[in-house]
Amino acid sequence: MHLAQLNVARMVAPLDDPVMADFKNALGPINELAESTPGFVWRLKGSEDDPTALVDHDYGDFAVTYSIWESRQALWDFIYRTSHLPYLRRRREWFHHNTVPSAVLWWVEEGEIPSLKDGLERLEHLREHGPTPHAFTFKDFYETTTIPRHISSWVPSPQTT
Amino acid sequence: MSSTDDLEALAGLADPARRRLYDLVAASPHPVGRAEAAEAAGISRTLAAFHLDKLAESGLLDSHFQPPAKKGPGSGRPAKVYTRARQERTVSLPPRDYVTLAAVLAETVELLDAQDKAEQAARKAGEKLAAGGGDLIETLRERGYEPYAEGEQIRLRNCPFHTLAEDQPVLVCSLNLALCQGLLQGLGQDPARVSLDPRPGECCVAVSKTNEN
Repeated sequence: MHLAQLNVARMVAPLDDPVMADFKNALGPINELAESTPGFVWRLKGSEDDPTALVDHDYGDFAVTYSIWESRQALWDFIYRTSHLPYLRRRREWFHHNTVPSAVLWWVEEGEIPSLKDGLERLEHLREHGPTPHAFTFKDFYETTTIPRHISSWVPSPQTT
Repeated sequence: MSSTDDLEALAGLADPARRRLYDLVAASPHPVGRAEAAEAAGISRTLAAFHLDKLAESGLLDSHFQPPAKKGPGSGRPAKVYTRARQERTVSLPPRDYVTLAAVLAETVELLDAQDKAEQAARKAGEKLAAGGGDLIETLRERGYEPYAEGEQIRLRNCPFHTLAEDQPVLVCSLNLALCQGLLQGLGQDPARVSLDPRPGECCVAVSKTNEN
């Protein structure tokens, strides 16, 4: 299984506004860094040629980051253990504070690329029901689970108390 | 908070040879083999192996087998090597639990969107910690950062706030940065030498060397 990540954030100004300059200038290098990080699988791009292009969508007034990684560790190390971290530290210069969860994680089959709509539904699920195996966070993380195909194949262990 | 396991593990360090071996492995940037440890500690290889395995048994060290550098016949068996265990050991008598409280406060800072205020407080705390003056490297070592030189930087091998940094990385690393800036300020040095330069498995902060170094 691979780990999918979706993040939404409302910018304090349009991307071309001077207050967004440092953020905009970082988009190219940071996207490049993500793609060259071990364990990176895929990301939703705003444009094939322009690394500073944000993802264009009709779901509302927010910027979207959407990517797939081989493992929790790979994604965690990229977000918090690379030159991406100093930009996260400055997030309040560019994005509004969110009182509801703005980032969601979930497991996908290897090779599966879920739609943006699916990702936003996962976020909605997290906001409504809290962390579950369907939609969760780094803090309340769910490992991949193998669910028995037939309940009849499940035999309780004799040690169960 | 402490458990019987923690207490037993730490009791193993009362033996001076074992303590020396533990410090040696903990300070090493790479996994340490038996021969290297024995030589550095000035004891026989057999005795070093005995103590290293005791430390691994009690969970203070991790061990694994490293294939020989040379491949093919005659290159020998894989060597057993040791690294410091990631698991934290805490013994506090009477029992104290500051991590849970710190996690609650960190969460509160997030809810209040008060990272800038928390950074100000951390910087002041850093200045206060350095109030006695002294050498920067020595101060960082005393704070548990395990500093080492690398190129033009002083890197920090250990994150003293590891558990919280796993939980709230952006906030905790930002506060750590501010705290270190305060430390330098308090020691009468330029706080701009400190920057966030994270790497997997290390502290997120690095300090640039000054010209006089």
